[in-house]
Amino acid sequence: MSSRRSRSRQAAAGVSRNISDDQINELVSKLQELLPELRHSRSHSDKASAARVLQETCNYIRSLHREVDDLSERLSELLATTDGPQAAMIRSLLSQ
Amino acid sequence: MATTARFPFLSGSFRNNPETCSPTIIPFLSPTGVHIRSRRDPNRIRFLSMASTLISNPVTTTDRSRDSSKRRKKKKAQALTAPENHQNPNQWKSEAQQEVYKSKFLTALRQVRLSSPPSSSSSAPRTARCRAVREAADRVLAITAKGRTRWSRAILTNRLKVKFLKSKRQRVRVTGNSRFESSKKPRVSVLRLKGKNLPAVQRKVKVLGRLVPGCRKEALPVILEEATDYIAALEMQVRALSALTELLSGGGSSAGSSSSSIQQR
Repeated sequence: MSSRRSRSRQAAAGVSRNISDDQINELVSKLQELLPELRHSRSHSDKASAARVLQETCNYIRSLHREVDDLSERLSELLATTDGPQAAMIRSLLSQ
Repeated sequence: MATTARFPFLSGSFRNNPETCSPTIIPFLSPTGVHIRSRRDPNRIRFLSMASTLISNPVTTTDRSRDSSKRRKKKKAQALTAPENHQNPNQWKSEAQQEVYKSKFLTALRQVRLSSPPSSSSSAPRTARCRAVREAADRVLAITAKGRTRWSRAILTNRLKVKFLKSKRQRVRVTGNSRFESSKKPRVSVLRLKGKNLPAVQRKVKVLGRLVPGCRKEALPVILEEATDYIAALEMQVRALSALTELLSGGGSSAGSSSSSIQQR
């Protein structure tokens, strides 16, 4: 069992060692395309550094999490306050 | 089969291929961790969504060699029909996917409303209900992802682990869903790549790995790929939730500002 695990670990490390810089750059640029901050300010030729892209990614994911939290909080409040016509509202939503 | 005897309610749904479904059940319920072998198995994600109702004992693995050979054959047969993993980030932009998410989320919301009675309006039930709504949103997002990404599988298995821990009250070692997992493995060696040895980049990659569910101990390219899909999925989630909030609150709320800023992209 341990031999299989060490062999698998070598395979994983081997994959990460053999993966080229180009592939990583491609992944980073794909990520940069998604980020709202870096997409508008940078042209296609001018790339942001990897550290900047990673930092923006972390910030963006955190802000998305916060937005989902706010929205779910609002949804839970809506669920609490309008419990009478709730079934009718949900039924009307599902029928759309 | 021993498994169908222990889980009689499962045998009905997997009537098509009972022989090949049991290998996917057994590794999943192993108490030492989650070993997800066939990544492109659509049956598994169907089982995962069903398995959220499971509260019985985890099954220990038996006859792994026989089952793994069957699984390998099934994987080869399905590898031709399974879609490419790289097409996934575009799926989150489609309207159809958003509608699927919205309908599934509404179903989950109805259950949340039924489970928490509207007795009082104090803060304690409100935060519990808010957390239930958030968890339902994440769970439905992971189910919509159809289990092709690590973060979606991690979200679903984490819910099940919590359920197992609560019901069994035993110390189950949570080892994550990394296939090459070893508790004593040093984390630095995984990130040593050409040109990315800067400690600043490594620190940020680690932070990013913590933010994306299920990617704490993965290599850099894996984390980048997972983050790409995760961000697209989160954007879809925000769009769907804000649309729902707007509908439920009568269409006159300020949810339109946040949703319009996202739709401008």
